[in-house]
Amino acid sequence: MTTIKSLEDLKRAREEALNKKTAKATSGVAQIIVGMGTCGIAAGARDAMKSILDTIESDSLNGVIVSQTGCIGLCEKEPIVQVIIGEEPKVTYGKVTPEIAARIVRDHVAKHTIVQDHVIPM
Amino acid sequence: MAYYRSHVLVCVDHQCLSKGAHEIEDALQDELVAQGLIDEVQVLETSRIGSCSRGPELMVYPEGVHYVGLTVDDIPYLVEEHFLKGRVAQKFVDQEVKPVDEELSAPTAKEVRVVLRNCGVIDPENIEDYLAQDGYQALGKVLTEYTPEQTIDEVMKSGLRGRGGAGFPTAKKWQFCRASKDTPKYVICNADEGDPGAFMNRRVLEGDPHSVIEGMLIAAFAIGSSQGYIYCRAEYPIAVRTLRIAIDQARALGLLGKNILGSGFDFDLEVRIGAGAFVCGEETALMASIEGNRGEPRPRPPFPAVKGLFGKPSNINNVETYANVPQIILKGAEWFAGFGTEKSKGTKTFALAGDIKRPGLIEVPLGITLREIIYEVGGGIKDDKEFKAIQTGGPMGGCLTPEFLDTPVDYEELAKAGSIMGSGGLVVMDEETCMVDIARFFMDFIQEESCGKCTPCRVGTRRMLEILERICDGKGTAQDIPTLEMLCAQVSQDSLCGLGQGAPNPVASVLKRFRPELEAHIYEKKCPAKVCKSLIRYEILPETCTGCTVCARNCPVNAISGERRQTHVIDPDICVRCGICKQVCNFNAVVIN
Repeated sequence: MTTIKSLEDLKRAREEALNKKTAKATSGVAQIIVGMGTCGIAAGARDAMKSILDTIESDSLNGVIVSQTGCIGLCEKEPIVQVIIGEEPKVTYGKVTPEIAARIVRDHVAKHTIVQDHVIPM
Repeated sequence: MAYYRSHVLVCVDHQCLSKGAHEIEDALQDELVAQGLIDEVQVLETSRIGSCSRGPELMVYPEGVHYVGLTVDDIPYLVEEHFLKGRVAQKFVDQEVKPVDEELSAPTAKEVRVVLRNCGVIDPENIEDYLAQDGYQALGKVLTEYTPEQTIDEVMKSGLRGRGGAGFPTAKKWQFCRASKDTPKYVICNADEGDPGAFMNRRVLEGDPHSVIEGMLIAAFAIGSSQGYIYCRAEYPIAVRTLRIAIDQARALGLLGKNILGSGFDFDLEVRIGAGAFVCGEETALMASIEGNRGEPRPRPPFPAVKGLFGKPSNINNVETYANVPQIILKGAEWFAGFGTEKSKGTKTFALAGDIKRPGLIEVPLGITLREIIYEVGGGIKDDKEFKAIQTGGPMGGCLTPEFLDTPVDYEELAKAGSIMGSGGLVVMDEETCMVDIARFFMDFIQEESCGKCTPCRVGTRRMLEILERICDGKGTAQDIPTLEMLCAQVSQDSLCGLGQGAPNPVASVLKRFRPELEAHIYEKKCPAKVCKSLIRYEILPETCTGCTVCARNCPVNAISGERRQTHVIDPDICVRCGICKQVCNFNAVVIN
């Protein structure tokens, strides 16, 4: 936010703050879930997780929740990353390397374009 | 800003701190470093998550998992489970369903929230939230539409009076300070809330700090000041932190500093932390403390409006007074004056405590009766016992008996009834409270907090405490009552500041309203409420006792003797009156006489 130098600025700041508040309440939040069971960690889920966090930070993305889950029963496809955006159905990615993880964040989370070549059909 | 996938909030309020919250926090940091998660998980401090009785506790976001009852040894397991593997560590999860906020619940029908309107609604550490609630619009209004005189007029019309307790008209204070020729002038906020059990100001500072800052800005504009101080007690670390964050944010936006909103008005604020002396809530002692001197009061006049901080004209108001100001400007004096009585306008926050069903923070329009506060807002007396007395105004307030239940709560009516408004502490007492013991408790607090500058307060409170202790100990004499009466009169008339002048109030109200109870202690050596340990005896009823031996086995001093299946007897010379025998007896055979 820039500094408030006049009454007009103050009124604008109020509008902006109100807009942000409603935007926060209505926009679909993106959730990235990384499988961090023993199988996932052994297959390199930590590197994928690190890459996801770094990309979010370097691209300064807002409203993204990164969380973990355990083994979902597809150990041979680990590291597994799931992405849920707003009301859309969950997309599951398999064999996610740090590079693919960064692509998932940049294309899917930021631009809503699913990274088709690594999706596991569920 | 760095991105963290998870935030851990560690509760660091006094209760959790005493149970080792800082050790837990350090252990968390260390373990997160050890497991290589420190770049992903941020550890933050916060106040009150909700169940400090089972602390130390922490809250993990974004999941919103609430862990309680942790020890340092649990931390490695918790970090591995939750943060590495992403599994909720069920054994530490808080199972209890409880109200979200134990201090401040949703308003009841009789309540009106003006000062507390934003508490629990906005994020106090984000100025945008306050801006979205019309924050700083009142400042914009006075800077562009009002002259300082018009600002004072508006506050005058609203009828706002000092919420620190004395009830002096706020606008008058501002007027006096504005009229003083000397410069610079200072605006001071009294946030040295020290009454035992009172936390109204703390909640405002922690929940809505910008409303206080905005109120101070408006006061500064009205009196012509460009520097302000908030004097906050050291026991409120969270309030101090929230205030500092709020001041920094306001400064970054240009709402504090030079040429605010392009109007040519300059103002900046500093937080000063007290060192825990109750007397520093008195305005002259408070200013001495800000100056770096010993916190001792001085005689008035000269009043602070003429010669205050650093010898310059100063305006000093309470947190709640300032928090009311933006709303008065924004919604108009008439709106504010619509609440309350003829001479006491607006609302008042109270900390309701003692033997009441729903204790906590309330805000009610002035003029409400004590009965409405106790039975409607507070839900009535705990365990449906009889109401005995209510103390208003903190340790220097008086105790009011049932015949005052329909007294409207305003400055004049409370004074007429022999008590004070004070800053807003309300302690409800039921039939099992000994008033002599209560007077002794408050006198103990006051004599401890007397600064010692003037003799009546320093010596008088000490003597009164000694007499009360003797009475509670069963050694009272007939001379004690006239001596107490004389001391009450002298201490209240001759003391230098409000602390000494108000100090005899709890004793005076016992002398006036609970004299039979006091006389029972002195002449009959009996405590009618069965509280004073030296005046009571635990006895076992022979006809009810079954000789089960439970009491004898639980007595910590082996004062109970008796054969199995035979009546037991308590030896009063050994008994320490701990009451355990009464608690453990399954047949109600133990009685107090």
